[in-house]
Amino acid sequence: MERRRSFPDVLAGGVFVLIGGAFVVGALGYELGTPLRMGPGAFPALVGAAVITLGLAIVIKGFIAGEVVSFGPIPWRAVAVIVLAVLFFGFTVEGLGFVPTSAVTALLTTLASSRVRLLTAVAVAAGLTVAGTLIFVIGLQLRIPLWGPWLGF
Amino acid sequence: MELLDNLALGFSTAFMIQNVLYCFVGVLLGTAVGVLPGIGPTATVAMLLPITFSFEPVTALIMLAGIYYGAQYGGSTTAILINLPGESSAAVTALDGHEMARQGRAGAALAAAAIGSFIAGTVATVVLAVAAPPLARVALKFGPAEYFSLVLLGLIVSITLARGSTLKALAMIALGVLFGTVGQDIYTGTPRFVFGQRELYGGIDFVSVAVGMFGVAEILRNLENEQTRTAVISKVKNLWPTREDRRRMIAPILRGTGLGAALGVLPGGGHVLASFASYAVEKRVSKRPQEFGRGAIEGVAGPESANNAAAQTSFIPLLTLGLPAHPVMALMVGAFIVHGITPGPNVITDEPALFWGLIASMWIGNVLLVLLNLPLIGVWVRMLRIPYQVLFPMIILFAAIGTYSLEFNAYDVYAIAFFGILGYILIKCGCEPAPLLLGFVLGPLLEENLRRALIISRGDASVFLTRPISAVLLALAVAALVVAVLPAIRRRREVVFTEDE
Repeated sequence: MERRRSFPDVLAGGVFVLIGGAFVVGALGYELGTPLRMGPGAFPALVGAAVITLGLAIVIKGFIAGEVVSFGPIPWRAVAVIVLAVLFFGFTVEGLGFVPTSAVTALLTTLASSRVRLLTAVAVAAGLTVAGTLIFVIGLQLRIPLWGPWLGF
Repeated sequence: MELLDNLALGFSTAFMIQNVLYCFVGVLLGTAVGVLPGIGPTATVAMLLPITFSFEPVTALIMLAGIYYGAQYGGSTTAILINLPGESSAAVTALDGHEMARQGRAGAALAAAAIGSFIAGTVATVVLAVAAPPLARVALKFGPAEYFSLVLLGLIVSITLARGSTLKALAMIALGVLFGTVGQDIYTGTPRFVFGQRELYGGIDFVSVAVGMFGVAEILRNLENEQTRTAVISKVKNLWPTREDRRRMIAPILRGTGLGAALGVLPGGGHVLASFASYAVEKRVSKRPQEFGRGAIEGVAGPESANNAAAQTSFIPLLTLGLPAHPVMALMVGAFIVHGITPGPNVITDEPALFWGLIASMWIGNVLLVLLNLPLIGVWVRMLRIPYQVLFPMIILFAAIGTYSLEFNAYDVYAIAFFGILGYILIKCGCEPAPLLLGFVLGPLLEENLRRALIISRGDASVFLTRPISAVLLALAVAALVVAVLPAIRRRREVVFTEDE
């Protein structure tokens, strides 16, 4: 086994160090307390430090003897469209109401596939909106208005 | 005789008409989900959790449990028919099961899986009924120090079972614990890491994390390489196994059941380990090891039994200690809490009808599975033809609706996107999502018990070592950690040796 660098290892370690670091910085802003009465910051600071340590270990290991993990392609279009669709849902469901929000979210999501045709996308979105409305609003009586106040009626 | 009384209570609860009905619905949905590739039981239970809020607690839990073991079972159908395991534990079944299907013995393979699962499910239900009450009595004596050590042990044992690097699994657990600290501090009420957003005071919802890491991340993985699924589905005929097949099935089913029942209690995916272990055992004890991988019925019957037995006994730590051993069990904790019940040793005395009803329903569920699966096999095969382009928008939309309906909080929906991307990156880097989820669920328990134990001992940290049960649990945790790291050390040694030569 020759020494090899592993990009995924370094990336994963970096993510751990970054998030752990952010939590430690945040935790130090809260009261740490004493062992007898630990403050709200003590536990996150401890665990955050552990995450940083483990992250650093993964980075170092990634430079010396990394794991072979094939990173593969990233479906940028799917990532962008799905994130957008989910955020759209959260942002508008209260204002636009269940039906318009579901329809747009479903339509956006279908576009994540690079091989989708517009007609199929519209058909799938329409079908899912109807199914969602029937299951969640009519069947399960979720208290979400079908048409929201932003639409003016 | 107490056991019989309890089981009688359980069956009278489980046989109530709405409970049987929702057990059936759960098993049906679970099987459907297990059959469909690309959506696992964790994401499904997370999505369907809100549906059960309006039910009686026992009905809700029976249905969720049904989804869980239904999915375990459905995964094996696709593994056998199209070599596409719907769940990780069914990967072993695909080895010999699909080979049998290609030789035209799909019927026998499916029957072996069904019969094995049923026997294993029955035995494991009895194990659960016998083992749970004494364990719960022991657990009642646990103080905060013991609970802290127990949770720590659970988290560490879950690494030994995870595939891939120990270091990454540890980091994922710690990261999960860290995300669990978001929200108001339990003792002082200080809001932590909320960026001034009132919506985050309640913390990050577990369902968002589960749906993001297991649903969205998985969909992104599947969209990397889009290809039409060419499902060459073999015709299923001769469902009833021959006499020779039946003779060869019995011992593997019994061994698999034993292995599965024991390993299912372990946290972090005991059922995956159980099916792999059973396959290895069968191959070793077989007089015809060369047949394995070429369509040996023992290679289907053993792992399938082990898998199903483990699925049942993974309820033991949940019902007796309140500790989830599997991401789906963590969702069950959520379901318990929504209905105002704290999972743990008190459930058995406070809610006997619920406890025994749930156990009895598992046996009923197993009967339903056999009745459902063998005749309906044609329906499941047809479901495999649903195109992914319809499936994944459905998962995303229903996940968003389901998560939103938990609290009517838009931040829960945003969290799906965040954990979806984070999960996708980390999974691509070779980290497994399950440890993070376990850490997230158990993290708050860890912190609460750590702080409470220290308050009781007046700040003396040695309390974890001076209380005997706690000390034993910690020693076991250290041992588990050593076991997890050892193979890596040994492998490195071998590397060093080969380089020297």
